[in-house]
Amino acid sequence: MWNGVGAWFNDRLDLDSIRRFMAHKRVPVHSGTVWYYLGGITLFLFAIQVVTGVLLLLYYRPTASDAFESVQFITTRVHFGWLIRSIHSWSANLMVLSAMLHMFSTFFLGAYKRPRELTWLSGMALLFLALAFGFSGYLLPWNTLSFFATKVGTESAGSMPLIGPALLKLLRGGNDVTGATLTRFFGFHVAVLPGIATMLILFHLALVQRWGISSPKEDAPTMPFFPNFALREMVAWYGALAILGSLAALFPWELGVKADPFAPAPAGIRPEWYFLAVFYTLKLLPSKVWLFEGELVGIFGLMVGVIFWTLTPFWATHLENQGKRHVVQSIGAIVIGYLVVFSALGYWK
Amino acid sequence: MKLLPLLFVSLGVISAQNTTQSTCRTCHASLGGDLQKPADLIHDDIHIQMGLTCASCHGGDPSNSDMAGAMNPDKGFVGAPERQKIPEFCANCHSDAVFMHRYNPQQRVDQLALYKTSVHGKLLAKGDTAVAVCPDCHSVHNIRSVKDPQAPVYPLNVPQTCGNCHANPQHMAKYGIPTDQLAQYRTSVHWAALKGGDLSAPNCATCHGNHGATPPGVESVARVCGTCHVVFDNLFQASPHRSAFAARGLGGCVVCHSNHAVHAPTLEVLGVGQGAICGRCHKQGDSGYATAQGMRQQIDNLRAALARAESIVNQADQAGMEMSEARLELASANGEYVKSRVQVHSLVLSSVETPVKAGEADAQKAYDMGVAALHERNVRRLGLLVSLLAIGMTLAGLVVGIRRLETKRPG
Repeated sequence: MWNGVGAWFNDRLDLDSIRRFMAHKRVPVHSGTVWYYLGGITLFLFAIQVVTGVLLLLYYRPTASDAFESVQFITTRVHFGWLIRSIHSWSANLMVLSAMLHMFSTFFLGAYKRPRELTWLSGMALLFLALAFGFSGYLLPWNTLSFFATKVGTESAGSMPLIGPALLKLLRGGNDVTGATLTRFFGFHVAVLPGIATMLILFHLALVQRWGISSPKEDAPTMPFFPNFALREMVAWYGALAILGSLAALFPWELGVKADPFAPAPAGIRPEWYFLAVFYTLKLLPSKVWLFEGELVGIFGLMVGVIFWTLTPFWATHLENQGKRHVVQSIGAIVIGYLVVFSALGYWK
Repeated sequence: MKLLPLLFVSLGVISAQNTTQSTCRTCHASLGGDLQKPADLIHDDIHIQMGLTCASCHGGDPSNSDMAGAMNPDKGFVGAPERQKIPEFCANCHSDAVFMHRYNPQQRVDQLALYKTSVHGKLLAKGDTAVAVCPDCHSVHNIRSVKDPQAPVYPLNVPQTCGNCHANPQHMAKYGIPTDQLAQYRTSVHWAALKGGDLSAPNCATCHGNHGATPPGVESVARVCGTCHVVFDNLFQASPHRSAFAARGLGGCVVCHSNHAVHAPTLEVLGVGQGAICGRCHKQGDSGYATAQGMRQQIDNLRAALARAESIVNQADQAGMEMSEARLELASANGEYVKSRVQVHSLVLSSVETPVKAGEADAQKAYDMGVAALHERNVRRLGLLVSLLAIGMTLAGLVVGIRRLETKRPG
């Protein structure tokens, strides 16, 4: 009977061609193969985000008066609500971490080179989207920390040259962080960003399928994608699931205290870990740098840095063609060093 | 005749306001000693800042560079007034509503009338010039607004200003009253609050009055405290202590709380044990003794229930459990605890029992939530263990599967 069902679907979906494609798909085997799992892990965590996010949507209410209470209800009253929320929060952070590691592994393996420039660029866009997911989702519980972190974060965005004031109003839905900001962030978080992210993920995956997996060595041996690499990928996913479950169960994500817009900002407020380096860089700058505001200079400098990094396939390929691969590798190491050191300083100071 | 100086001063005010050059400050600045002080101090004076001049108070002709001409009594010059006449001297303007309201519509003009009712005013009227007159509290020639933190009458500075005389044993010797009020006050909760930035906290003038300063009598002490501590005053007035204290000539609140050295009341002062105040008057066998003992027992029970609940809620909190609802119950129990301590002032055991029972019920709810949360934490950990075992077994199966696969068909 199953053969009959399979044949029925095969006639309509041409499954044989997919099977043939998968049978021929191979993955290079070398000392850096382990880094190939990071893209899959990031995708796995995104899928968890979608599932847990949909479950949270069943109870969450995106208004300033109800948001905190609804998250409190999810955490204390809904069966396994605490677990769903905790997994959603932890997997969001692990996804950003995994995406960053995936980006750096791609950089150091040189996987951005022709013809994979668009794969790199779509991957960078996905990383920015992951950060936007984090920034917009952080406000949704409407607690004191998220309220003031959003205030500081949107203020920094508002300091951007030319588009700053308009961007500030667009993000906040007014001059201040209010219920309008919450509703807006909710809209971005559950509709706008997921829509864009889904399209970009499909584009990114299509490019990976079209050009195959890059290898730093042209003569590296290969292994079949199915089942060898796929089974290994499952091992990685299960490992990620074990880590995620342990973090969620042993360190449930805190709810904090409901935001009070009229209260003073609590001392020592800082953003999520993935914005700490930027936060500390801006904090270090003096109020005036030559004729310009320090924050403005900082944001402009960071923007230039991000654009430079996003355009890696172009400048790095150019340098590598000139035999300066060591310069490219050094730039990558400096960027990692900057992020690690400044994040640590932002956290401890 | 009494109106004559006022007329001169008023003329002086008008003439001085129309004069842009004043010789008073120019001459006094070069005189040295006490005569130079007015010129040195006057920059900070509120009167000068409001547009008045030396002549506004002292009269004379400030436009005249000749000393005799400038200080001509015919031009209304009054010089430094005699100490006994200072209150009237200041009141020339400060009791004149029309004049004062030109500068501040909210300004009171009854200071002289009040002063005359004060102990200071009464003694001054009898010829005692050692008592406080206006400049002793407000300073002279650098008189600042009461809102100025450097003013001696700024709320934070009032205790020291009063203490300048009242804490001086030599100065107070002839009056036969204690001089330790300032030292005592500085150990009190009132001073702690004032020093901590709460300018509404009581200073000397809050209880004694300022211009009409007078010590509250035995009968009125509770009323004085009750102006701020309304609930306590109401309870005290309805309590058996009121008539009992009155019969013995004891002041109300101060019997237990002291007057200037009002310390934060701890629970240890309630009851009949060591350090308790009730035991000073009540002896075993009388009803007050039993009530004091009962009230202390009730509140101790609530305190113990609260401590037990707080401990388990903290434990659950540290385990990462969401305990905000339990914290609300704890806050409610704490509220009842405060109410029970307030009800002590009624001296009725059943009035204390009501909040104690309500507080114990709230504390029990918080405790139960803590127990449930810790149980839930254990269930979660067990669930995690089972999940990890399942994941571990799956991983082991996958690894074995991959090895077998690659042994048969190496990559």
